Amino acid sequence: MTRFSAWNVFRNGLSGQKGWDRQWRDVEPKADYDVVIVGGGIHGLATAYYLAKKHGLKNIAVLEKGWIGGGNAGRNTTIVRSNYFRPGNREFYEHSLKLWENLSHDLNYNVMFSQRGHVSLLHSPGAVDAAARGYNTLRLTGSDAEIWGLEELKQEIPHLNYAANARFPILGAAVQRRAGTARHDAVVWGYARAADLLGVDIIQNCEVLAVKRDQGRITGLDTSRGVIGGSKVGFSVAGNTSRLWDMAGLGTLPIESHKLQAFVTEPLKPLLDHVVVFGVGGTHFYISQSDKGGMVFGGDLDWYKSYAQRGNLPIVQDVSECALSILPCLGRVRLLRHWSGVCDMSMDGSHFICKTPLDNLYLNAGWNYGGFKAGPGAGWFLADLIANDRPHEIVAEHDLKRFERGYNIDERGAGPDPKLHG
Amino acid sequence: MIRINCPYCGERDHSEFTYGGDGSIKYPALDASMEDWLQAVFQRENIRGVQTESWHHVNGCRMWLLIERDTMTHEIHSVRVAHPGLQQALEDPS
Repeated sequence: MTRFSAWNVFRNGLSGQKGWDRQWRDVEPKADYDVVIVGGGIHGLATAYYLAKKHGLKNIAVLEKGWIGGGNAGRNTTIVRSNYFRPGNREFYEHSLKLWENLSHDLNYNVMFSQRGHVSLLHSPGAVDAAARGYNTLRLTGSDAEIWGLEELKQEIPHLNYAANARFPILGAAVQRRAGTARHDAVVWGYARAADLLGVDIIQNCEVLAVKRDQGRITGLDTSRGVIGGSKVGFSVAGNTSRLWDMAGLGTLPIESHKLQAFVTEPLKPLLDHVVVFGVGGTHFYISQSDKGGMVFGGDLDWYKSYAQRGNLPIVQDVSECALSILPCLGRVRLLRHWSGVCDMSMDGSHFICKTPLDNLYLNAGWNYGGFKAGPGAGWFLADLIANDRPHEIVAEHDLKRFERGYNIDERGAGPDPKLHG
Repeated sequence: MIRINCPYCGERDHSEFTYGGDGSIKYPALDASMEDWLQAVFQRENIRGVQTESWHHVNGCRMWLLIERDTMTHEIHSVRVAHPGLQQALEDPS
């Protein structure tokens, strides 16, 4: 494998770019592995990478039903932040953000992590007070936070709708400077390449069709590329967790599958330096500008349960209205594409990284809207769980039994209705 | 756009409706066990295929409906009024 370095880029520039190898091997699956991870998204590949790198495991496979980068890894708005506040979530997302900060070096792959700052607009005195509380929580738990008044905000982002008669008058913003965006393809490709280099078999076009069980253990996975055995099995297939769970004969989950749309416009000259977010009452909106210049944005779920990877039109209208309410300058910009991904929406809006009723099955699921930013952290903690056969204290409460204990990790306080945890 | 054939208003865009949720859930008696309530409130089958779900025709007749819809194709297989007495009255007005 050719290492990426300034020297190698220079050298290949002179030799017609012919000196690069393929990024990961195309392998035939073996009959048995020590660990099989189902799901070749950011989470699954990161899990395999940390199992090999941090825990020294060798015989690992990642099964992907489509191709690397073709699922939710390619269907998001690439926002990375750690401003979560519930115990467990706070530490988890901070850990994940720290992994992001060193990810390009760690993987020897430029994931284009851009810490451009995450600016949450505030529209009411109540929102300003709540933001001050969040600011204190972040500062007291080893993270960064700022509160911007209107003057500072106007200097940083001059073209928001500051009009006195704006639909959502702006009073200020809560800001996390270390937050930002990353290049979605590069993250999966980088993890795949780095994991492959450590001997992980990445097996694409390999769909799990049935789960073979011997009482309390999984003995093998019946896939479209034959039966694959694993001493330990991890499910990391947000969006389709319930289907695999059902194949394993495990019944119901506190999860519903919903779809979330995102949009990109035609490329523009540099316009927006930050990630800008707002949510008031029924509105919910987040936007950033990609390195290619497209405005990348999204809003709410499509509101009804769905496994279809395509969005509906009323949400296109809702999100466009949100866009124009804060950035009227986008009025004549054309949409280039919109896409939709299927999310595991959990009953309290938080994730599951936990052991399961089966001895050798481990679960990573329930990522709601937050799967992209969580990717490195989820991989790190799932690898830790699989290697040590016990949950790390930071994810100890993120199990499937928390509802039995009456313990909801509900950032929004929205209650047990999956579609409300946006 | 999904089109829903409301028993009172006829075929309308789904944007006139709000989605309630899984319509197959039967809430247990108030004094039922914690396990029964846990199942009803928190656990879901999350079917990929035809499921029963509740929708509210909030910008129409304001009736709650029970709809059989495919969660993969979005095809609607049946629509009925959620209130059993009203559904019966629609079917047999006499």
